[in-house]
Amino acid sequence: MRGVLAVLLVLLAACHTAVLSPAGPVGAANRIVLLDSLAIMLAIVVPTIVAILAFAYWFRASNTRARYLPEWAYSGRLELIVWSIPALVVFFLGGIAWISSHLLDPAEPLKSEAKPLEVQVVSLDWKWLFIYPGENVASVNRMVVPAGVPLDLKITSASVFNVFFVPRLGTMIYAMYGMTTRLNLQADRPGVYPGLSAHFSGDGFPGMAFDVHAVPPEQFAQWAAATRALGPVLDEAAYRKLLRQSQDVSPYNYRSVQTGLFEDIVEQRLPPGEGPKTAQSAASGPEMLAGRQH
Amino acid sequence: MLGKLTWQAIPFDQPIPLAAGAFVVLVIVGGLIWLAAKGYIPYLWREWITSVDHKRIGIMYCLLAAVMLVRGFIDALMMRSQQALAFHAAGYLPPEHYDQIFSAHGTIMIFFMAMPFVIGLMNFAMPLQLGVRDVAFPTLNSVSFWLTAAGALLVNVSLVVGEFARTGWLPYPPLSELAYSPGVGVDYYLWALQISGIGTLMTGINFVTTILKIRAPGMSYMRMPIFCWTTLASNLVIVAAFPILTATLAMLLLDRYVGFHFFTNEAGGNAMMFQNLIWAWGHPEVYILVLPAFGIFSEVVSTFSGKPLFDRRSMIVATLGICILSLCVWLHHFFTMGAGGDVNAVFGIASMIIAVPTGVKIYNWLFTMYGGRVRFSSAMLWSIGFMVTFVIGGMTGVLLASPAADFVLHNSLFLVAHFHNVIIGGVVFGVFAGYTYWFPKAFGFVLDERLGKAAFWCWFVGFYVTFMPLYVVGLEGMTRRMQRYDRPEWYPWMLIAEVGVLIILCGIALQVAQLWVSIRGRARRRDLTGDPWDGRSLEWSTTSPPPEFNFAVLPNVTSDEPYWSVKLQARARGQLVTPEPEYTPIEMPRNSPTGFVTAFFAVITGFSLIWHIWWLVILGLIGAYVTFVAFAWRDHTEIEIPAEEVARLDRANRAARAAALREAPVQ
Repeated sequence: MRGVLAVLLVLLAACHTAVLSPAGPVGAANRIVLLDSLAIMLAIVVPTIVAILAFAYWFRASNTRARYLPEWAYSGRLELIVWSIPALVVFFLGGIAWISSHLLDPAEPLKSEAKPLEVQVVSLDWKWLFIYPGENVASVNRMVVPAGVPLDLKITSASVFNVFFVPRLGTMIYAMYGMTTRLNLQADRPGVYPGLSAHFSGDGFPGMAFDVHAVPPEQFAQWAAATRALGPVLDEAAYRKLLRQSQDVSPYNYRSVQTGLFEDIVEQRLPPGEGPKTAQSAASGPEMLAGRQH
Repeated sequence: MLGKLTWQAIPFDQPIPLAAGAFVVLVIVGGLIWLAAKGYIPYLWREWITSVDHKRIGIMYCLLAAVMLVRGFIDALMMRSQQALAFHAAGYLPPEHYDQIFSAHGTIMIFFMAMPFVIGLMNFAMPLQLGVRDVAFPTLNSVSFWLTAAGALLVNVSLVVGEFARTGWLPYPPLSELAYSPGVGVDYYLWALQISGIGTLMTGINFVTTILKIRAPGMSYMRMPIFCWTTLASNLVIVAAFPILTATLAMLLLDRYVGFHFFTNEAGGNAMMFQNLIWAWGHPEVYILVLPAFGIFSEVVSTFSGKPLFDRRSMIVATLGICILSLCVWLHHFFTMGAGGDVNAVFGIASMIIAVPTGVKIYNWLFTMYGGRVRFSSAMLWSIGFMVTFVIGGMTGVLLASPAADFVLHNSLFLVAHFHNVIIGGVVFGVFAGYTYWFPKAFGFVLDERLGKAAFWCWFVGFYVTFMPLYVVGLEGMTRRMQRYDRPEWYPWMLIAEVGVLIILCGIALQVAQLWVSIRGRARRRDLTGDPWDGRSLEWSTTSPPPEFNFAVLPNVTSDEPYWSVKLQARARGQLVTPEPEYTPIEMPRNSPTGFVTAFFAVITGFSLIWHIWWLVILGLIGAYVTFVAFAWRDHTEIEIPAEEVARLDRANRAARAAALREAPVQ
């Protein structure tokens, strides 16, 4: 018994429940929708489960006190109730869904005094590239942002589909080649918030984790200045190197970014990700084995 | 000569697939040798492989599904073990292998476990319930089955020769395009599904025709058992949705084989279109699976409560409502693509509306138990377990249907937990209930109840222990298909889920033991009357197992529960109601090897297409065409069963029932 309790305590302690402990306004709103919908449904689901078990138990064949109604198979009143209950629940939930899917439209800018920070996000095989056009710097697999400032994210993919997702900040969205998706998020407090790709993208997929470092705005300005001071330059040649598949890339920064790089990627003026090494050779050589090579 | 196929296709360097493949090959070869040594092969060929009897085809479908259930479950076991081990570690499966396993698990469980099981039970029970002798197109039925088996074979060949897709069970481009998946894995997936998908479409056409055109005299639409209604609804959806699957996969094949650009990154391809198309089939697909399960539960709950189903009419309305709505909600699979508030909200609310007829069904089963005499046989346990579990799965489904909530749950393990909640809790519990319920009808003896109940409890508890942790870990932001991870808060839940999957393993072991024990002790568990559960519909009015022609004389249906009303009268009088009918000869369709031969050439064609062995493709296609021509040319399509034989079989049946009536207390 003690052992079970200890295990449960450890589990509870380990429970950070990222989605349920949001660190920004979007995540908080997601959570409200989630919990409200859940509460409305539980009000009807719990009694239903209890009724299923109670009816099955009470009307067991061996219970001589239970009434046997072998012909009873219709009741207009019950039928009305049976259709009304789920219909009413769905009416409420549908209302919540309608309002919240407009309020929480990912493309909708957040209301704030502060000027939003624009970040361009590119998913690559298998790493994330974050371009800060205002600061003219970029980083790989680490996103540094000012806390309390809305983030205006423009997201695309350089190869296959991925999904940009920082659970504690809320709403996720697809990254797709040749398209820009818009996402507005905000981290209210400084902290490190883990992010990941929420759409399988190939063998290196589990390594597509990144951290969002939310720092006070002054510190963000310092970070940008320090980043501009040293590190490689992200020009077309450097970008083409990024197009090659690589896994578990440690975070690093670029001190400057070629102007219009993100637009060039979206407008397909730059080629898509290279894919596995065997792609070209397998297509050209007929005797080349296609399977099981990487 | 052999296209892309070389010795390198055999994974000599990878012990796990090599050992697994070698084991499977050994079992198959060993089994064939044993069959040949015992001299069973001619019997199998004559009575099963070439059979066009809907009951035997149904049984073969279920057998295929059971084997594939084990295969798919081994994949599940490997995945859960990998995730239990891969915290801050590589685990024992490298990504290229792990990615194949989760792709194969989904593909096999949906296409080659759930679909064949559901179609098998429909095949077996629906014509018996309708009071007819066979489906509309018996040979086509056989072709459908063998094409499904051909697809299953191709998927399993990929275990040994080459590789399977590493893209997930739905191969989203651009990942599944040649540029990012140059191997044969995606081709195995595509051709296996094209072949089995054609089989499924033909089943849909066959069953819709059967229900609409062939029913016993007096069996009006409103008198059809609910299982026949759900079969009709499910097959209407098959006919509507499966062509979309075939067309979508054909477009991806054109991209991969001849350089088209439907879904590629280059040249104006649009990968989002694939997602729309595949879910325009994929969402209806889940209702194709779950509607027949709803039908099974309706039969089981009513039979074991000793009452008619509560309000059949609203059950039928709910079934058809689900049938139509299922085609209108596909976009909820990708709310996170940024379609905008209006589109997301419309599809979200449409998805929620499906919960209304589904909820009505739950209440109808609830009120069927009200005032009943509930017998807790294992089929009933599966049904009650389903009702409790499915309500939870439905709730999380409606939660996911709310776009703003889906924005943080999409693709997470919360989603994985949700769809296993409805597919295991709905479809799998349903087919197990149907398997237990109709087994005595198919084989003439009852399955062991004690082991059956033990298996139920293992599955039921195992399901909760496996998937409740996945809900939690989904809320902690864990996404699906992670080969490894380094987040400590996820780790304990992965360990609990591993325990759960081991409990389910016990459940499967108990089911195997149940089958073994029941077959060994079949002499003691014979079902002599053909009506072991005190059933209410027509399948219980014939012998167990039924004769080839099902009914000596087609029953005349005069009520919603034809066999129940006949039994009531007979019990009141203490003797059979109907006098002995006048027996006439019965014409039945002749067995035909068409299905098996077609599938043989389909496998050859599919395999050679996968490996680019073009001359063999041509040979395979010629073979398939010749089979078709030969079948079209045959003029001897039926055999006649003489009246004396019919009379002999039916008199035995009537005698057994009369004896049972004399023994039973008069009500």
